[in-house]
Amino acid sequence: MANESNKKPAMPASATGVGDRPKKKTFLDRHQILERNVTLLAVLSLIVVSIGGIVQIAPLFWLENTIEDVEGMRPYTPLEMAGRNIYIREGCYVCHSQMIRPMRDEVERYGHYSLAAESQYDHPFQWGSKRTGPDLARVGGRYSDEWHVDHLRDPQSVVPESVMPKYGYLEDRLIEGEHIGDVLATNAFVGVPYSEEMIENAQADFAAQIDPYGDFDGLVERYGENVNVRNFDGAAGISEADALIAYLQMLGTLVDFSTFTPVASR
Amino acid sequence: MANYIKLIALGVIVLLALMAANFARDLAYLVNALTVALAAGGLFIWVLRNTDEPVIRQDLSGEYMDEVIRYGVIATALWGVVGFLVGTFIAFQLAFPELNFEWSQGFLNFGRLRPLHTSAVIFAFGGNALICTSFYVVQRTSAARLWGGNLAWFVFWGYQLVIVLAATGYVLGASQGKEYAEPEWYVDWWLTIVWVAYLLVFAGTLMKRKEPHIYVANWFYLSFILTVAMLHIVNNLSIPVSIFGSKSVQVFSGVQDAMTQWWYGHNAVGFFLTAGFLGMMYYFVPKQAERPVFSYKLSIVHFWALIFIYIWAGPHHLHYTALPDWASTLGMVFSVILWMPSWGGMINGLMTLSGAWDKLRTDPVIRMMVISIGFYGMSTFEGPMMSIRAVNSLSHYTDWTIGHVHSGALGWNGMITFGALYFLVPKLWNKERLYSLSMVSWHFWLATIGIILYAAAMWVTGIMEGLMWREVDANGFLVNSFADTVAAKFPMYVVRGLGGVLYISGAIIMCYNLYMTIRRSPATQAAAGSAVPAE
Repeated sequence: MANESNKKPAMPASATGVGDRPKKKTFLDRHQILERNVTLLAVLSLIVVSIGGIVQIAPLFWLENTIEDVEGMRPYTPLEMAGRNIYIREGCYVCHSQMIRPMRDEVERYGHYSLAAESQYDHPFQWGSKRTGPDLARVGGRYSDEWHVDHLRDPQSVVPESVMPKYGYLEDRLIEGEHIGDVLATNAFVGVPYSEEMIENAQADFAAQIDPYGDFDGLVERYGENVNVRNFDGAAGISEADALIAYLQMLGTLVDFSTFTPVASR
Repeated sequence: MANYIKLIALGVIVLLALMAANFARDLAYLVNALTVALAAGGLFIWVLRNTDEPVIRQDLSGEYMDEVIRYGVIATALWGVVGFLVGTFIAFQLAFPELNFEWSQGFLNFGRLRPLHTSAVIFAFGGNALICTSFYVVQRTSAARLWGGNLAWFVFWGYQLVIVLAATGYVLGASQGKEYAEPEWYVDWWLTIVWVAYLLVFAGTLMKRKEPHIYVANWFYLSFILTVAMLHIVNNLSIPVSIFGSKSVQVFSGVQDAMTQWWYGHNAVGFFLTAGFLGMMYYFVPKQAERPVFSYKLSIVHFWALIFIYIWAGPHHLHYTALPDWASTLGMVFSVILWMPSWGGMINGLMTLSGAWDKLRTDPVIRMMVISIGFYGMSTFEGPMMSIRAVNSLSHYTDWTIGHVHSGALGWNGMITFGALYFLVPKLWNKERLYSLSMVSWHFWLATIGIILYAAAMWVTGIMEGLMWREVDANGFLVNSFADTVAAKFPMYVVRGLGGVLYISGAIIMCYNLYMTIRRSPATQAAAGSAVPAE
């Protein structure tokens, strides 16, 4: 027996596992290529982190069912736009959302769930992420102007449990809207349908909206019949409170829900 | 010659900034322009005083550039205290609204201070911690001096300018209205320049490394720098209304803007507060424990998985909103998967202590690092859970989210940074040891109890208000008015504020301890600044 086995030719190293054999590259060996080359590591990481964003963000710009077809949406009037900028400046979005979710309690409490179409002219969006205070997506028309004035001046006087800061100083700050045309023009530049006429007449429309006894025909002609024309804060002059209340009083009132049918594909 | 060019450039900047201040359309812009003029003017005088002075040429290539890191350590500690202080104050504002002082004319209202708090903690405290630790780690693991000469100083001071401009801007009313991306257009532009310089210094140092391998910590730092650049630029695409005003208009609107914002917002967490801080963990935990990283293979797998998956998680902030369902479903699925690579990092960090667990009893610094990894594990479990649509329908818009963020920020980011500072200060100032270990223990317990109070209070208020909002009676009417839910949260808001007080007391003890270490601790014999391979 021993003789027979001696006659057999020696087995190759790859079969016995003894001695030199061709080394298979392991996962760790292959990764070493990246660990030794900064450029490669940087480029590959950048590719890896780009994919998610491209898949999630890009289609929102060309999928047609992203934004619903609704009737009634219009750009903000100059005064409302000024109010919206005050809303942003004061950081209202850190405590108030503007996005009603399609749940029983929210629809009951705040009204019809929010549509993508309703914020299509919002640069930036103000959906918010926190409700330290209630949602404001449909606060328009829910309270009187006087309530808003009282509430901004001293929130606890109308809602004793409220933890909202006082915003009385907004009433004292008079504004003329001398740059509001530029704001509208910049919004037009990024795609909000402001016409040349709207931009040219911005400052006049800004003043016209708080004077129900003045000439507001141009404003209504440009922005529609449902524009609120009132002296919102009840005091002389255009104050920041006027602008903010004008904005709050139109929130969520534009879309005509009698003509809206949800699309199942969304 | 270079100095003359610098002087001309700085002179022009002063002039332009003063012109901008003159034509300023709003207060925030005016003050920011004057700040820039002041900074450039100060630098002008400093350069002027050094011009035509005899230059002493020294070959520093064999030594680490540590002075900028020492400044970074001090900035981290100071901004940390500022950020915690503002946070504690606004926590009490929510409990006691009278703290929104009427005399401050809105400048100190909650709405303006909250962005100040979040930015101070994330970008000023966290950002300085990341910049200074990355400079330390990349030099030690590459055995090379920082690339680019004084560029590292530009990064440090440029970044402080970003912070000052952003902070004063918030208080004075300049805000883009996008969470964690509030600074206006010119601050965004300046940050982009500083960030590119940061990338150059970091990558340049890696390029000239003397070690064949790039150490794991540096992969995380590198991907953090690159990704934050990408997120920052895309989310801040905006058109200024005028070059003489702070106001700008975002390029995207509505649903697209929301998606972009939360792609940015969640990855500010994912890359700024996670990938970057994992870089810190991968250096300081093994160093302090004097053990090698637990598994090299695991660090490779979890690095690639983490950076690939994190970027998808954004839409879980937008469940049930006007964002199409396909997008929010993708966000939820990837968030749940993200649990695995996150825990890969936690396991790798914790298991690095195998064989050194006894150090937990004797070394409060390692205790701090271990609990930070513990909090990392807990919040990366809580996060995926909250991203599930059914859970999110309850937790969204409530304080639960705030609690979740803070168990991550205070627990993970805060504690690992404190650990790194306790490690760095004796090393950087050539001291044998920290001034007092028992003070570190005090800091540890104050911070831990503070976080527990905070997180527990927010769980209670969050789940309570979520349930109260949706409660209906037998006839289908809502039971609670919104005001009822606000009133019910009051006691827990006080508890949260107290948690903040404990946390900041710990941080102040740390500052004192670090200061005394620099002043009083015995010095080491050998200087630690020379470049030894792979320290």
